[in-house]
Amino acid sequence: MEDAKKLKEFQAKIDAEIKIEPKDWMPEDYRKHLQRQISQHAHSEVIGMQPEGNWISRAPSLRAKVVLLAKIQDEAGHGQYLYSAAETLGKSRDEYIEELQTEKAKYSSIFNYPTLTWADMGAVGWLVDGAAIVNQVSLQRTSYGPYARAMVRICKEESFHQRQGYEIIAHMAQGTPEQKAMAQDALNRFWWPSIMMFGPHDSDSPNTGNATKWKIKRETNDELRQKFIDKTVGQAEIIGLTIPDPDLKWNEARGHYDFGKMDWDEFWNVVKGNGPCNKQRLDHHKKAHAEGKWVREAALTYAHKEKQKQLVA
Amino acid sequence: MDNIKDNQGDVWEVFVQSKPGLPHKHAGSLHATDKEMALQNARDLYTRRNEGTCIWVVPLNAIVSSLPDDVGAFFDPANDKAYRHPTHYVMPEGAKHI
Amino acid sequence: MLETPPLANGGREGLKMTTKDALIKYCLRLGDTSLILGQRMAEWCSNGPTLEEDIALTNLSLDFFGQARTMLSYAGELEGKGKSEDDFAFKRNEREFYNTLLSERPNGHFGDTIARNFLHDAFLYHLYSALRNSKDEIIAAHSAKSIKEVTYHLRHSSEWMVRLGGGTEESHQKIQDSINDLWMFTGDLFAMNEVDEILIKEGIAVNLKDIKKNWDNTVNEVLHRATLQRPEDAYMQSGSLEGRHAECLGHLLAEMQFLPRAYPEATW
Repeated sequence: MEDAKKLKEFQAKIDAEIKIEPKDWMPEDYRKHLQRQISQHAHSEVIGMQPEGNWISRAPSLRAKVVLLAKIQDEAGHGQYLYSAAETLGKSRDEYIEELQTEKAKYSSIFNYPTLTWADMGAVGWLVDGAAIVNQVSLQRTSYGPYARAMVRICKEESFHQRQGYEIIAHMAQGTPEQKAMAQDALNRFWWPSIMMFGPHDSDSPNTGNATKWKIKRETNDELRQKFIDKTVGQAEIIGLTIPDPDLKWNEARGHYDFGKMDWDEFWNVVKGNGPCNKQRLDHHKKAHAEGKWVREAALTYAHKEKQKQLVA
Repeated sequence: MDNIKDNQGDVWEVFVQSKPGLPHKHAGSLHATDKEMALQNARDLYTRRNEGTCIWVVPLNAIVSSLPDDVGAFFDPANDKAYRHPTHYVMPEGAKHI
Repeated sequence: MLETPPLANGGREGLKMTTKDALIKYCLRLGDTSLILGQRMAEWCSNGPTLEEDIALTNLSLDFFGQARTMLSYAGELEGKGKSEDDFAFKRNEREFYNTLLSERPNGHFGDTIARNFLHDAFLYHLYSALRNSKDEIIAAHSAKSIKEVTYHLRHSSEWMVRLGGGTEESHQKIQDSINDLWMFTGDLFAMNEVDEILIKEGIAVNLKDIKKNWDNTVNEVLHRATLQRPEDAYMQSGSLEGRHAECLGHLLAEMQFLPRAYPEATW
């Protein structure tokens, strides 16, 4: 009875666009959904450092190097903001990290693809960040206060990320024949995985129901995907690259681009762990975490000793 | 002391003053094991873009917060005290600088 | 490529080095040292012990790359042959780099990195403090900017020295070993040659013997706070002034320079 009344009040707040804060009552499913979604988002930022990190040491100019490094550093920061938001839901960062490492939690499967040439730094920034931004802009209005605040901060900082990537690929597309080929190849490899980042079609998406009612998610997968495609097609044309989809064409009646069938078989395989880099990414994360253990323990022990000293003094 | 469990350290809340004269504003939180680390982490996390002139870091467990259940008792009584706001008062037509 | 052969005395036996030549060399020393430290610290990205520390470590890297760009650009300007920061960074060979031997030491574990950075930060801190008064305006301005960064770096590495030294038995042993292993590369920080001689006379450079005294004080003080032993000054490695490095530098450069070398006609 009590819960039914609380649930009604909760829904009334959501409907009135009043943000939910950590100490407010919330349905257990709302909490669970957020824990899953925000931590998955945090894991994605952190695992997402690796494919780009793959090229820091080989960036072809000092400017390119600092830009890329600053961008990846932002991603670490965004992971940090998101873990912080997720922690307000009553689970510690350690628990979330354990879920990631034991594969109970997922991260965006786009990061299970390798970055093979420098042009991939362009494609990742332009397409992967581009897709992420479409999603994140929408999430600035999500109903959970700490998540919304993290997204506002992240969107502000991300504004240069996509430009950084587009600048790289645009420059290469106008460069030597080899560079041009690298740029087109990067687009070919990243296009389909990028548009699949928005997730399954609305009709096949199991988590959309309550997420929409509770305004965790403000737009559907298909709406967001369409937005991304509509704004990206022109960007490819301007720099003379071809999007690898023969079915892509403007639909006057819909006011949107039509596009071809996505390979959901591949998508689900990569999600389930069969992508080219799933194991590599997770192993990297586990190794860094394990190698940091003695450092964290040293810092904790030192802090403990200092506190003891103060108590005695 | 020998069986301190590996963890990320305590949660600290970060407040950043963006310009002299402005109040410190909550920026977010972070993990650290001691105050110097908290301060340095706050600097690297929350002021990478020239956002600050001063940082406060406060251990989360040192913050006392009112609870959602307190809302009625704490804040509603202020609702009917319009006389605390300047717009409550009627000024003679034409009076200036008041 | 540099036209000057990378040999001792720049192959200029009998020719007197001009102030400008000396200053170019000096800029390359400062620039290369920052560049290599930057490259090393960038290797930490996604490998830090916590997310917060990951961000801190890459912040250091960004500072170093910023310093490197200023000094390498200035070297190009002085030389007057149209060379850019990137030409210096990506198109020189191992024997043409003048970074300190300490800066190129591999990252190893977190303690190795902290120890290397600490010993180096203390050096750069005192060096840049003094170089703020350089008669060369660019060096003075560069030092005034860099000292702020390096002050923070030294604070970061010193605090970690103290935490690791005073933390667990394991961390104490590890950081002591790191300091011991790196010690033989610290002599090279203070090596001087004709370049220094010329520039000290002009009031552009500073006598590294004076820097050494301050460095000793800082190092001793922090080692003491960290409950660590200062190693004996035994045999010291040398060679950076002649571009003579450890094997690890070649690998670092091969990786860093790959793209501009593989596609010399491309711009990025």
